[in-house]
Amino acid sequence: MISAPDVVAFTKEDEYEEEPYNEPALPEEYSVPLFPYASQGANPWSKLSGAKFSRDFILISEFSEQVGPQPLLTIPNDTKVFGTFDLNYFSLRIMSVDYQASFVGHPPGSAYPKLNFVEDSKVVLGDSKEGAFAYVHHLTLYDLEARGFVRPFCMAYISADQHKIMQQFQELSAEFSKASECLKMGNRKAFAGELEKKLKDLDYTRTVLHTETEIQKKANDKGFYSSQAIEKANELANVEKSIIEHQDLLRQIRSYPRQKTKIPDLQPGDTEHTQDQADQVSTTSNPEESANADLYTCRPAYTPKLIKAKSTKCFDKKLKTLEELCDTEYFTQTLAQLSHIEHMFRGDLCYLLTSQIDRVLRKQQPITNFLFEDFVEVDDRMEKQENVPSQPSQDRLPPKPVEECPIPKVLISVGSYKSSVESVLIKMEQELGDEEYTGVEATEARSFDPQENLDYLDMDMKGSISSGESIEVLGTEKSASVLSKSDSQASLTVPLSPHVVRSKAVSHRTISEDSIEVLSTCPSEALIPDDFKASYPSAINEEEAYADNEGAIHFQASAGSPEPDETQEGNLENIPSQIDSSCCIGKESEGHLVPLPTPAYTLSDEDSVVSIPPQRYIQKDQGLHVDFGVENTDPSPRDNSCEMFPAYELDPSCLLASRDVSKMSLDNYSDTTSYMGSAASTSSDRIPSAPPAGLSSERHKKRAGQNALKFIRQYPFAHPAIYSLLSGRTLVVLGEDETIVRKLVTALSIFVPNYGCYAKPVKHWISSPLHIMDFQKWKLIGLQRVASPANVGTLHTLSRYSRYTSILDLDSKTLRCPLYRGTLVPRLADHRTQIKRGSTYYLHVQSMLTQLCSKAFLYTFCHHLHLPAHSEETQEAVASRQTSFLKLNLGLVNEDIRVVQYLAELLKLHYMQESPGTTHPLLRFDYVPSFLYKI
Amino acid sequence: MLRWLIGGGREPQGLAEKAALQTIGEDQGQNPYTELLVLEAHRDIVRFLVRLDDFRFASAGDDGIIVVWNAQTGEKLLELRGHTQKITAVIAFPPLDSCEASSQLLLTASADRTVGVWDCDTGRQIQRVTCFQSTVKCLTVLQRLDIWLSGGSDLGVWNRKLDLLCKTSHLSDTGISALVEIPGNCVAAAVGRELIIFRLVTPTEELPEWDIIEVKRLLDHQDNILSLANINDTGFVTGSHVGELLIWDALDWTVQACERTFWSPTAQLDAQQEIKLFQKQNDISINHFTCDEENIFAAVGRGLYVYNLQLKRVIACQKTAHDSNILHIDKLPNRQLISCSEDGAVRMWEVREKQQLAAEPVPTGFFNMWGFGRVNKQASQPVKKQEENVTTCSLELIGDLIGHSSSVEMFLYFEDHGLVTCSADHLIILWKNGERESGVRSLKLFQKLEENGDLYPESP
Repeated sequence: MISAPDVVAFTKEDEYEEEPYNEPALPEEYSVPLFPYASQGANPWSKLSGAKFSRDFILISEFSEQVGPQPLLTIPNDTKVFGTFDLNYFSLRIMSVDYQASFVGHPPGSAYPKLNFVEDSKVVLGDSKEGAFAYVHHLTLYDLEARGFVRPFCMAYISADQHKIMQQFQELSAEFSKASECLKMGNRKAFAGELEKKLKDLDYTRTVLHTETEIQKKANDKGFYSSQAIEKANELANVEKSIIEHQDLLRQIRSYPRQKTKIPDLQPGDTEHTQDQADQVSTTSNPEESANADLYTCRPAYTPKLIKAKSTKCFDKKLKTLEELCDTEYFTQTLAQLSHIEHMFRGDLCYLLTSQIDRVLRKQQPITNFLFEDFVEVDDRMEKQENVPSQPSQDRLPPKPVEECPIPKVLISVGSYKSSVESVLIKMEQELGDEEYTGVEATEARSFDPQENLDYLDMDMKGSISSGESIEVLGTEKSASVLSKSDSQASLTVPLSPHVVRSKAVSHRTISEDSIEVLSTCPSEALIPDDFKASYPSAINEEEAYADNEGAIHFQASAGSPEPDETQEGNLENIPSQIDSSCCIGKESEGHLVPLPTPAYTLSDEDSVVSIPPQRYIQKDQGLHVDFGVENTDPSPRDNSCEMFPAYELDPSCLLASRDVSKMSLDNYSDTTSYMGSAASTSSDRIPSAPPAGLSSERHKKRAGQNALKFIRQYPFAHPAIYSLLSGRTLVVLGEDETIVRKLVTALSIFVPNYGCYAKPVKHWISSPLHIMDFQKWKLIGLQRVASPANVGTLHTLSRYSRYTSILDLDSKTLRCPLYRGTLVPRLADHRTQIKRGSTYYLHVQSMLTQLCSKAFLYTFCHHLHLPAHSEETQEAVASRQTSFLKLNLGLVNEDIRVVQYLAELLKLHYMQESPGTTHPLLRFDYVPSFLYKI
Repeated sequence: MLRWLIGGGREPQGLAEKAALQTIGEDQGQNPYTELLVLEAHRDIVRFLVRLDDFRFASAGDDGIIVVWNAQTGEKLLELRGHTQKITAVIAFPPLDSCEASSQLLLTASADRTVGVWDCDTGRQIQRVTCFQSTVKCLTVLQRLDIWLSGGSDLGVWNRKLDLLCKTSHLSDTGISALVEIPGNCVAAAVGRELIIFRLVTPTEELPEWDIIEVKRLLDHQDNILSLANINDTGFVTGSHVGELLIWDALDWTVQACERTFWSPTAQLDAQQEIKLFQKQNDISINHFTCDEENIFAAVGRGLYVYNLQLKRVIACQKTAHDSNILHIDKLPNRQLISCSEDGAVRMWEVREKQQLAAEPVPTGFFNMWGFGRVNKQASQPVKKQEENVTTCSLELIGDLIGHSSSVEMFLYFEDHGLVTCSADHLIILWKNGERESGVRSLKLFQKLEENGDLYPESP
């Protein structure tokens, strides 16, 4: 039985050479239990405890039939990303199970090789000890030189944040499906090409063999055949059989879309087509008989060499690389897609959700997005990323020496207790009997096809039953794939950690219905002691739910709506894992072996995810904390600041009077220079200069967001300060330490609206007394405090112009600013926000400001608000209508009205200017008293 | 220690100033100016603002440059260069009503002893007059006669084509500091503390040449005349450095009224008061006048006074209106007054009536009813005295505009576009009514939407 599939795949001569290989196969059966240890080395615990990775990444793995599961490449392709994380071990875990699905699709005993178009499977699994959780996408590619023509691969998005992967499962699935489809299209193309070449070789070989056969017949006119003649005839028969088989494969691969949907209907037609094709080949070879005879005379040594070489290559040749397997063009596209995916899902879960809201809001309002310039920059950068694919690079690790035979593993790992499975076993025995009876006759071998179909349908039925029971969201094919995966997972997990088994037992108790159902099927004493631990998992689950709800607090309803679905899906996936755990325990007690896996084994991986919620939660927090620490201690912020300041300190008004030039400090001079540089880039093509700015900008935003968070947490009066910026009142940050002042100014600049599509009106550092023009030009100013007579003049100027400014004194920790009683800024800058990361908070601010721009847009462009209803209507009536709209329709209270009015004025000024850059900045102010805030 | 000393040293002075100075907080509901535009073009003190039409004005100063601006948008329209020294006088010469083709002219006098004539529409200098013996300090246009006068060490009469029609002889080294047209083809000129009346002789068949002759010299002022203004074609008013305010009849040039009591209500003098008088000499100089039908508004030192023409007395005053000398005042509609000062502030005032007048007649009537002859006589005198001492109106501060960092030299008021101020800090500031401007922008935005169909500005 073991050698049966090999026979049908190769010529008779190959069969002879195959025999010695069969003997080593038997010892493989006994060595399977040792496989997990071998892959990890002598001490598995040391590797487990040491594994860490600093950032999410994508891993592509293959189950190599020569060396077993191995990682092929990572995206980004940088060892800093995954650090000491054991890629080999993780590849083993996520890759081993998939082979079962692929192999099951190729049932043994069939007369003809049949391509099984296995649908991709998508699962989430994790290893709590490694602190790694992964979305795993399994796919199957075809290789003519591989066993059964199939080679299993998987792509995994690996993260330390399980919650992130669960929440983004749908998005990850959609994106990875695109990459997978790209690979498979390339693979089908390459596979078809390979088949065509093979058919040409076989046709040539057949011609040569046919000629030799004829010669042999002539030599033996006496009426009997020599042994050599018989041998040649057999070779010819085998070649012809191979031709038929390869033609069938080619037809299957080319009819992929049709066969996928209408398999039963195509079978008879395909059979007829095959017959016709064989006849055509025979007809073609006959007229060239005499020519081939001459060829034979000239090249008597070619034929044996060809056949022998092929035989040798089958055993010793290295398998194709992924790039060769999928056609270079498709491979390149896939890598670009994966790089895009990696970039797309960077950051924590809050970052991703807010970013999605951000993009949706921004697309809906191009008219107002100049107010906060960063939107345009982000959008441009993302588009650029999509258009330009990354350079393809393949980092393949050396293959492992351990060689594995998958067939025995199947027998050992499969287990079941249901009568329906036993009936399958009986059926398989019948098939074996039939095979022995029919021998090698082609005609009778062909008759096995109908039976194959029956087996296939039977499998479908099992999948349907399984999905009906436990997994509603996964398709039939997915169920089959997942079934196999769990087998391997179980076999790997049990020897490693008995604790895991116990955890599984504990987990299943949380779902009483399933527990009862399973208990009735396979009772076991081991379950009884675990009953007393049920309360603990329940508490954990409740705590987890609470965390989810808390996370939703910070976002709008639109942000919250995806979450219920994710949670529900998670719950659905949790249920099957409970069943699986008890079955696993039952398996230990009974030890039955059957050829096909059962649905119950599908979700042991899910169980491992669910079984230790507290550890994942703690790990997640620790990870975030570490990131925060790294950001704080990172020396690069200074470099970033130096790089970023010129861009943000550009003078919006390039028309400086000569007197101002003489008064300018070094910073002012550099500002003018920067502005000229910027103007030059504006006039010329901006594309070359955009990428570095984009990169710097990204880091700058993260830094600004982080510092803004600190400001909000540290200063109770952050709200009136931010209100000043949003309403166009200049905020002066006063301090002695330039570094601290600059840092805070950079952070607060994210709240400053723009006048147009050029630099923000932010001035990071000034040491000379302020002038009325400074307040017209700048909305956020860092001012130096000097303990000298000159300081008196500076402070006197500030007090004189107190009508136009709010003063944030960093040295005495005070703020002089008008009163703020709105509700907008508290939502924008919540002192008790749960957001931890700078980039996340930055996106939060942007989305809130985008909503604010929407209100400004509505207010600006409603005709009936600004135009008199009739000629006799008074100005008071118009003003009253405007106020009513702002309060009732837009829901603004107190000072928030002023913010929207200010943004509306900026919109009007922007769209009324004749040409860009000629706008006269306007200083708008109110006669409102200032108050002194203290910590 | 040093900082404390500096702070301590400054604090008493600030307190003193606060006690004396009229102040207003941020509660300025009547102040409509909530937008400002800072206009930069000049490199020295900006001293003059001249209105050209409903939306244009010109500015000039010590840098010798004249700039024409759009008062609505703050856009710089023209820059007129030609003078090599500071500008000393600027005036607009409107076109003749009969000839619509001609454009507005702008006359500028400079310390380089020239007068320039400019086309306000093209910015081209039409002609330059260079025959002056001294600096021209003032310019006056007599629209009725279509001539303009230049006042320096002598008085010159010119026509639109810049022909010198006639001129007076050398008057004095001091020169003419102010000129004003009065009825009867006469002109009043301030020369030092003398007021000289000239009469213009227009050409006739017998005498085809223009001529200007001195008619009379008025020697009533004790000190230099600083301000000279017309009053409704029936009179004119002069103010001097020592606080004399004289109102003259426009026909016979006789003094109609005199006010010398700005500095102190008490006529008595003693040694201590002499010292005070000496110290506050500047406080009583009359720097500028503005008039309407009923009142003369006078800037006296750093105080404001309202002199009623009918009652012939001061009816309202604010002695400490500013921190320093007031340089320019003007009357606005709605009984509002605006003043600007060397302290860099521009302030808005409102003349409000008091209720005390209604009570005054009652006592007299009461005594009359009793019919006591002797008592009547006694009661009458106290009533009169009381009237003389009572101020019947008040000047209330309703707004202040803080923007300039140095002396504010002058301002201009546009009904539709707001206020324009110029300063020694080289800047011009446009003060605008924020609500009004917002409405105007909305109308323009919707109009643009109707015309273009979309919002996006045309970019090159």
